Amino acid sequence: MEKGKGVIGFGRRWAVEFTDSSASPSSRDISDPPGFIRASQDQDDSSISRQKKDAEANWKSQKAWEVAQAPFKNLMMMGFMMWMAGSTVHLFSIGITFSAVWQPISALQGVGKVFEPYKDSKVDLLGPKLLFIALNLGGLALGVWKLNTLGLLPTHASDWVSSLSPPQEVEYSGGGIPFH
Amino acid sequence: MPTPIISLPLSLSLRTQIRQFSASQEIEGARSPPQAMAARVLSFYLLLFLSIAQLGVSLYEDQVGLMDWHQRYIGKVKHAVFHTQRSGRKRVMVSTEQNVIASLDLRHGDIFWRRVLGANDSVDGIELAFGKYVISLSSAGGTLRAWNLPDGQMVWETSLQGSKPSKAFLLVPTNLKVDKDNLVLAFGGGCLVAVSSIDGEMLWKKDFAAESLEVQQVVQSPGSDVIYVLGFVGSTQFDIYQINGKNGEVIHHETSNYAGGFSRNTLIVSDDVLVALDVTGSILITVNFQGGKVRIDDKPISDLVGYYSGQVELLALRLGRMFALKAHQHIALISVTNEGKLEVAEKVNSAAAISDALPFSEGQLAVARVHHEDNKVQLTVKLGNDWSTNLLDETVKIDGQRGLVQKVFINNYIRTDRSHGFRALVVMEDHSLLLVQQGEIVWTREDGLASVLDVTTTELPVEKDGVSVSKVEQNLFDWLKGHVLKLKGTLMLATPDDMVAIQAMRLKSSEKSKMTRDHNGFRKLLIVLTQARKLYALHTGDGRIIWSLLIGSLRKSDACGHPVGLRVYPWQVPHHHAMDENPSVLVVGRCQLSQDAPGILSFVDAYTGSEIESSGPVHDVLQVIPLPFTDSTEQRLHLLIDTKQRGHLYPRSREALGIFQQKSSNIYWYSIETGNGIIRGYAIKGSCIHEDSDDFCFEPRDLWSVVFPGESEKIISMATPKLNEVVHTQAKVMVEQDLMYKYISKNLLFVATASPKASHGIGSATPEEASLVVYLIDTVTGRVFYRMTHQGCQAPVHAVFSENWVIYHYFNLRAHRYEMSVIEIYDQSRADNKDVLKLVVGKHNLTVPTSSYSRPEIVAKSQSYFFTHSVKAITVTLTAKGITSKQMLIGTIGDQVLALDKRYLDPRRSLNPSQAEKEEGVIPLTDSLPVIPQSYLTHALKVEGLRDVITVPAKLESTTLVFAYGVDLFFTRLAPSRTYDSLTEDFSYALLLLTIVALVAAIVVTWIWSERKELQEKWR
Repeated sequence: MEKGKGVIGFGRRWAVEFTDSSASPSSRDISDPPGFIRASQDQDDSSISRQKKDAEANWKSQKAWEVAQAPFKNLMMMGFMMWMAGSTVHLFSIGITFSAVWQPISALQGVGKVFEPYKDSKVDLLGPKLLFIALNLGGLALGVWKLNTLGLLPTHASDWVSSLSPPQEVEYSGGGIPFH
Repeated sequence: MPTPIISLPLSLSLRTQIRQFSASQEIEGARSPPQAMAARVLSFYLLLFLSIAQLGVSLYEDQVGLMDWHQRYIGKVKHAVFHTQRSGRKRVMVSTEQNVIASLDLRHGDIFWRRVLGANDSVDGIELAFGKYVISLSSAGGTLRAWNLPDGQMVWETSLQGSKPSKAFLLVPTNLKVDKDNLVLAFGGGCLVAVSSIDGEMLWKKDFAAESLEVQQVVQSPGSDVIYVLGFVGSTQFDIYQINGKNGEVIHHETSNYAGGFSRNTLIVSDDVLVALDVTGSILITVNFQGGKVRIDDKPISDLVGYYSGQVELLALRLGRMFALKAHQHIALISVTNEGKLEVAEKVNSAAAISDALPFSEGQLAVARVHHEDNKVQLTVKLGNDWSTNLLDETVKIDGQRGLVQKVFINNYIRTDRSHGFRALVVMEDHSLLLVQQGEIVWTREDGLASVLDVTTTELPVEKDGVSVSKVEQNLFDWLKGHVLKLKGTLMLATPDDMVAIQAMRLKSSEKSKMTRDHNGFRKLLIVLTQARKLYALHTGDGRIIWSLLIGSLRKSDACGHPVGLRVYPWQVPHHHAMDENPSVLVVGRCQLSQDAPGILSFVDAYTGSEIESSGPVHDVLQVIPLPFTDSTEQRLHLLIDTKQRGHLYPRSREALGIFQQKSSNIYWYSIETGNGIIRGYAIKGSCIHEDSDDFCFEPRDLWSVVFPGESEKIISMATPKLNEVVHTQAKVMVEQDLMYKYISKNLLFVATASPKASHGIGSATPEEASLVVYLIDTVTGRVFYRMTHQGCQAPVHAVFSENWVIYHYFNLRAHRYEMSVIEIYDQSRADNKDVLKLVVGKHNLTVPTSSYSRPEIVAKSQSYFFTHSVKAITVTLTAKGITSKQMLIGTIGDQVLALDKRYLDPRRSLNPSQAEKEEGVIPLTDSLPVIPQSYLTHALKVEGLRDVITVPAKLESTTLVFAYGVDLFFTRLAPSRTYDSLTEDFSYALLLLTIVALVAAIVVTWIWSERKELQEKWR
């Protein structure tokens, strides 16, 4: 339907819509052709499609849970990588740490998109979403923790006073050994 | 030209690098144990190597002269001997007041060779001997040396031990031989000594001190082996000894008396007449000792020269049968006739100089006389035997800034027409040396720069229309050509000729010698005050003299007999609103050498080199204290302290007075009385109350005094933080992010005292007698913060104070080695400022102005290390913002400047530093400090007679300018942590440009290709 509508645009004189999804006969302005009984077909289809839809919803929710758990694997791998990288600042560890921080953030930004394919009126996505967010937050925390262990977070007093210029002095004194 | 890109705090980059290294160490450490051990050791050495490489300031061979310059001088000439044989190089041998013996090229004035004797080894005389040696007598007749004439190698040295101090004479008789061995006679320490010219062996010795004879003259009888020794016993007895030159036996001894008494001013005239003054200085005494018979005549001086007043002096010149008498601003040339009569030949102004007589042909003597006429110099060479005959009369134009002629030496040559020509070596008032020949100055040497007293710097003018004085501006084509050459060099396409051209271009870069301010602050003017009371402005780029000024108010006058220069201070440093004015300097001088002599102040424009203003003679000047305030024209306020400890404020304006009175309650000063062993602190009490005072004079109020026990402690050295030093931070981050607050104060004084015996040279005290005590004193309150005793250690002490640390160098008698110690001081009262949250919101008292009266709690950390060298001067690098790490600059006994990183002198160094400490760059403890050959700033050069090293920050944070002076001058640029904020000098911009162009071209070409290919794909 979306596509069909999309075709109807400016500059088109006429269009034929082949699809018809509306169920109620009242909405149709053209009567059915003779011999065509709509009701029986509808009834036949509905039982099959309900079964199908249930299966699909099941599958969707299962998939959603799977997607929600995916960051966990990621988390484990990140942890392993971080462990490998060591606790000193160099190219490798900085790269790993920043990707560890960046991945959860970008994932969190796209929560809606990740779960869009599994959007269904019958599927409750709140649980998976919460899990997904929690796991990503965990990943983020791991990244920040790693940043801290690398000493890149200003959490020490020294980070705040290291560029503090010395205080002025009230008194001024000069002198020395007299010239000779 | 290095272009600054970023000003990145070094601590970060350095730390990161070191961390990188320790990371690699960690990774390697994860292997199997033995291998890991090896790897750890290896990486540790790598780390050490890295840190050393980081600290070294080494440079490549082709970088010599790029940013450093070295000037060689000899000082004020006092003796000169010409060596102008028919063939070979013509040279003149000189000895100077800076104890230098040198051989100069007579054609160009270059130094063939030069030997700098020790500071106490002043030269008494030099002579040429037998056409191959230069014989020098020095240390008041204590040391006799022979130098090889062509190359200055020392042939032999003989130490002459006299019994008591006396005059010193050197005599090289031409025909005195013992077994084909020529003799050299030296008199010193009361003994006459004959020395073999071959090996310096002493042949005989005759002691006259035992006979209480004060020897005045030693002279050889012409044409014989007899040596006359003339002297006085007491004040009235005249003695003459005739000595056989071959064996030192006394042939004849005669005594005679003169009732009027002799003064000690005597002169030998011709070969057999001695001229002396009587005790009152009003009668001339002639002593004729021809053939050993003594005849004494006297004549009142007023009979000869007419009326005169003041002191009379016999000038130490050898003028044949004449002598020169200086009386009442005139020099009278008096000839002695064969009958012994005295006749005045000529009277000249005392501003004239007269040379020794020069025998130039059969029995003829030439004497040069130089005197001033207007701004020209008249050189007259007269016949010594007949004063009315002029052999030569020339007028030479000499720069007025050279002052009066002080000395003249002449030499003759045969002209092409077989007549006699004369050349004259002239020593001027500013100690410069000139060779005058045929009415022209052939060459000039600026030897006044060998005796630098004090140095300051000023900025050059800002570049704008009409201001640039540069005559070496390049055009675009030259620039391009230069860069193409450089590019060739980088790509290794250059031919050897090109390489030479590139090197020449680098050395003569017009960029460094421009007369305008540069972006990096490398180009400055060094304002140098010399002992000759002359001020020079040297360009830091190439060391050339921009201007020089013989300070008019510091010249000899009736009011000022013997003026001396003391110090030079930056007086006006214009910036902001006073930009249009030229900077100026203050020169402080004194009328006499004594401390209570009236002072002279002179203000000199630093761009034009003209004296703007002078005042003097004024009150005496004991100290000059630059205050941290300036008036509206950016003139710095100075407080001049006199002998009564009164303060005199300069500049003398109402505005300055207003500023000063507002701040006067917080101004203090102190005076270190080394003689009494007392340090006294003063504050301002009020205006002066004595009768001839003015508003700018202030009475002192005694505040405190620190009295050292005289029998056990004597003040030998002091150090204070530099006034212009900028400190970047007050916090020091220790291991594990621990924090300590530095105690940074400009009002701190480091004083070292030693037990009286240990305050002299090494060897004067035993370890039990020697002790060294160091103090850190607050100069506002007089509070002693810290005191430490080094048992068994002694003077000399050299110290440097910077930020919150002092480093000092002394001798350890127990270990028989020099040591360097460091004291770092921390403020414990700030230590609890460690709450991150409070710091984040700014709730702390770390930036509140502090007072010395708040009694800060001081914690000191200290450590000592052995150091190989003895030290002449010690200083520390200064940078614009104080971020760059510090290096100590040590003037070694070998007259070189050595850079030593402050990290080696860290009290936190321990035998086994923890991993974290290693990461911080703490070097494992060693008992001695390393001397890394690459870190000699002076590389292959020597700054002969090194006296001091000064550092000036450049505008570029990483870089500091270093100027070392002694007899020589040396200047260089130093980046203690490498130039992390700029590209290197030899960065190839052409290569960069070429790369960019190539990349752009490649992008365009590939884009076109891809477009075409895509089109083809679509048509398929």
